[in-house]
Amino acid sequence: MSDASTPASWHANTLDCVHCGLCLEACPTYQVLGTETDSPRGRIYLMRALAEGRVTDTDAIRPHLDRCLDCRACETACPSGVRYGHVLEAVRAELRAQPPRTGRTTRSFRARLASFLLRAVVAHQGRLRWFFRFARAAELSGLRRLARALRILPADVDALVPHVPPGPARRPLPAVVPARGERRGRVALFTGCVMEQVFGEINRKTADLLAANGFDVVVPESQRCCGALLVHDGQLEPARELARRNLAAFADCEVVITNSAGCGALLRDYGHLLDTDTARAFASRCQDVTAFLARAGLRETPARFAAKVAYDAPCHLCHAQGVRTQPLELLRSVPGLELVAHPSAEDCCGSAGIYNLLQRDLASAIGRQKAKALATTGAAVVATGNPGCMMQIAASLRAEGTPLAVVHPVELLLPEPPS
Amino acid sequence: MDRFSSALLERFGAERALVARDQMLAYECDGFTIHKSLPRAVVLPETTDEVQAAVRIALAHEVPFLPRGAGTCLSGGPTPTRPSLVIETARMKRVLEVDERGLWAVVQPGVVNLALTRHVEGRRLNYAPDPSSQTVCTIGGNLAENAGGPHCFKYGMTSDHVLGALVVLPDGELARLGGPAGPRAPHEPDLLGVFTGSEGTFGIATEITVRLSRDTEGLRTLLGAFASMEAACGVVTDIVARGLVPAALEILDAATIRAVEASVYRAGYPQDAAAVLLVELDGVELALDDDAAEVESIFRGHGAISIEQARDPEHRKRLWKGRKGAFGAMGRLRPDLYVLDGVVPRTRLVETLREITAIGRRHRLTLTNVFHAGDGNLHPNIAFDARDHDERARVLAAGHEILALCVAMGGSISGEHGIGSEKIDHFRLMFGEDDLDVMQRVKRAFDPRGLCNPDKVLPSRTACAESSRWPAMVARVLDAEPPAAESGP
Repeated sequence: MSDASTPASWHANTLDCVHCGLCLEACPTYQVLGTETDSPRGRIYLMRALAEGRVTDTDAIRPHLDRCLDCRACETACPSGVRYGHVLEAVRAELRAQPPRTGRTTRSFRARLASFLLRAVVAHQGRLRWFFRFARAAELSGLRRLARALRILPADVDALVPHVPPGPARRPLPAVVPARGERRGRVALFTGCVMEQVFGEINRKTADLLAANGFDVVVPESQRCCGALLVHDGQLEPARELARRNLAAFADCEVVITNSAGCGALLRDYGHLLDTDTARAFASRCQDVTAFLARAGLRETPARFAAKVAYDAPCHLCHAQGVRTQPLELLRSVPGLELVAHPSAEDCCGSAGIYNLLQRDLASAIGRQKAKALATTGAAVVATGNPGCMMQIAASLRAEGTPLAVVHPVELLLPEPPS
Repeated sequence: MDRFSSALLERFGAERALVARDQMLAYECDGFTIHKSLPRAVVLPETTDEVQAAVRIALAHEVPFLPRGAGTCLSGGPTPTRPSLVIETARMKRVLEVDERGLWAVVQPGVVNLALTRHVEGRRLNYAPDPSSQTVCTIGGNLAENAGGPHCFKYGMTSDHVLGALVVLPDGELARLGGPAGPRAPHEPDLLGVFTGSEGTFGIATEITVRLSRDTEGLRTLLGAFASMEAACGVVTDIVARGLVPAALEILDAATIRAVEASVYRAGYPQDAAAVLLVELDGVELALDDDAAEVESIFRGHGAISIEQARDPEHRKRLWKGRKGAFGAMGRLRPDLYVLDGVVPRTRLVETLREITAIGRRHRLTLTNVFHAGDGNLHPNIAFDARDHDERARVLAAGHEILALCVAMGGSISGEHGIGSEKIDHFRLMFGEDDLDVMQRVKRAFDPRGLCNPDKVLPSRTACAESSRWPAMVARVLDAEPPAAESGP
């Protein structure tokens, strides 16, 4: 285990908090529950108490730490600069390693199943591909409907993943997508795990967009899941293993592009996760596709898209990566597109990795707020750059009966296809 | 499980009643982190009925109880002194009524200060008192502490903006004090005035009627940077003496500027300045440019290093953001922070600040200043490490000397943070035994059983003998449980 997550180190991080409370307003769970134990200030206090040996029964505080979305909105609000995400992830890992005091786990069956699946399936691209092949078959054969009817497949999980795309959409990208027109450079694309299987089309469009704008896109075949879901879940060692493999896969790439905010946030935090110079150097080479293109400039004018669009900022893009204005800048360049005001754009939607599967009630309460806020913007389309947020926002909009389409910003930036 | 906890769980359910000892850790202090003490339980009512129910359960089990808003109080108001029931109002956040023509609103106590302004801003209205913690602190807490804020120089404190309150009294009964027509009828005693600022010791307000203010036509926000604190204070005295009435006059010293500029609240304050002064003018557009020019000429007369005027609402917001995030940014200096609150006559700011700096130096402490200069309301901030016993004792000793100094200058021991548990030992710096006696009798009239936020504000009579000796608080804090950090990692 690296220095960065030893108790002494995260304890020191908690000391930066002077209990001013300016984070409360930013915290989605505090806004819903109103309990100090479910606020960033309260959680930091509990974690500090844990490090100082003042907690007598960790089971009493575990649910409050589990309820955190790790959205990091509190970091944006914190005048003292507390690295909340790092503290939480280290503490989750530590609590995971400790056997429950009562001898009986307090974690739900679903949480344990999710931990297992993350470790055993999601972390292995091959197995994940098989999993989705099976899911697709189950969907086509009616097995999925049967499973839902028999409640083997819970309704909320079913509602969240509307359907598994057909095989061709899930096929890996070619190893190289060559630049079109005059060549401006070479970038590598990080394709992700869920991204590739559920939103394969968006990966394809991302590569297309980069190629159309003059960049050779390489897609290293040996890349793996980034490990973010494992980190959220407190499984740091398996996540580090994935990180090391990704370092190797992208060793000779100058720029690594992500189109999933969650993945991007962790890739850019590999320096902290692995605590090596190589990892820090790699992290500094990773960029969200919108940040990269806003800086490089779009060479090709995007295709006309006449609609009112609201941009919703994924937490792991705005709070964790500090990418705020770039997606807006790019969307403004789309002919015909009217960007509408969306004052709560930086509020969490409740997705937070697999949070919406583990904390159903809270996630749907937070999701409903998001859907309501979007309904008031008058937009017909909402653009957000993270697969989890896309699924959660779509599900929340359906639940609220609000007919907005959900897209990835990349989808709006593609130029007219050559005739 | 004891019967008290069962009664709470039965009435409020596990999501709204916290009874586990380790959950209480999160509630053991507010923004005044020197005083820590575990509550016995926490409940989160949503209605007046539920507040009454919570109070009645506490009474039935002889358990002390106290209200809590967002826990941003800086004097220990919502920190229990004995194992108590904390009645947390965070879920009572509905705006119940807005009367645009009558210029008032009725809100639940958990409504966040800024949320009320946001609720009415589309109608060109605002709620004037604006504590630095306004993005999170609650109207209920503001009422309890009679909170102030930068704009109180022109617009007055919370007490000037409260028209009425529905109160759950310490015996569980309801009382309606004042209302939209005004805080009191001419022939009546001003009970609402008595209740406002009673720091949760006279009951719990569950519906609050507040005055709304019409947005002014224009705003000018100016920032002057100065090479000395004396110059900045001189400007303040001059501005007021000339008859200008700015909405706010705020000063930040060099150390505060550096901390703010290192944080996400960075405002672009000049980092080579010994002090910056933020002046906000509001009123009719016609007059504002002349007033702003006059302020700028006063700035220049005192040798301002630089002068800046907010160009647009974004720029203004940024200039203010730095001021409002200043306390929290102090966490960058040391692990703990003690935010003091004292008042001196405006004309004596310079000599008081000089003396405060000397006190800080004498006790070898990191002491910074950020304050409402127009009101003479000082906020010396002492950044320290509470795990160091000796340093903590020096912090408390310095705090006491600073408050004594404010009183000696003709000021007071609190401008806006309240007395709470923090200044209970300093209370006698300002009041004699007769005063205390009268106040005790008022407290007993509201709370005969003495269970409503006990041991706050008023020192007990038995402590009289020690009245001239400071170390009561030091002793209490230092005798408390040894800091676990020393045995921890």
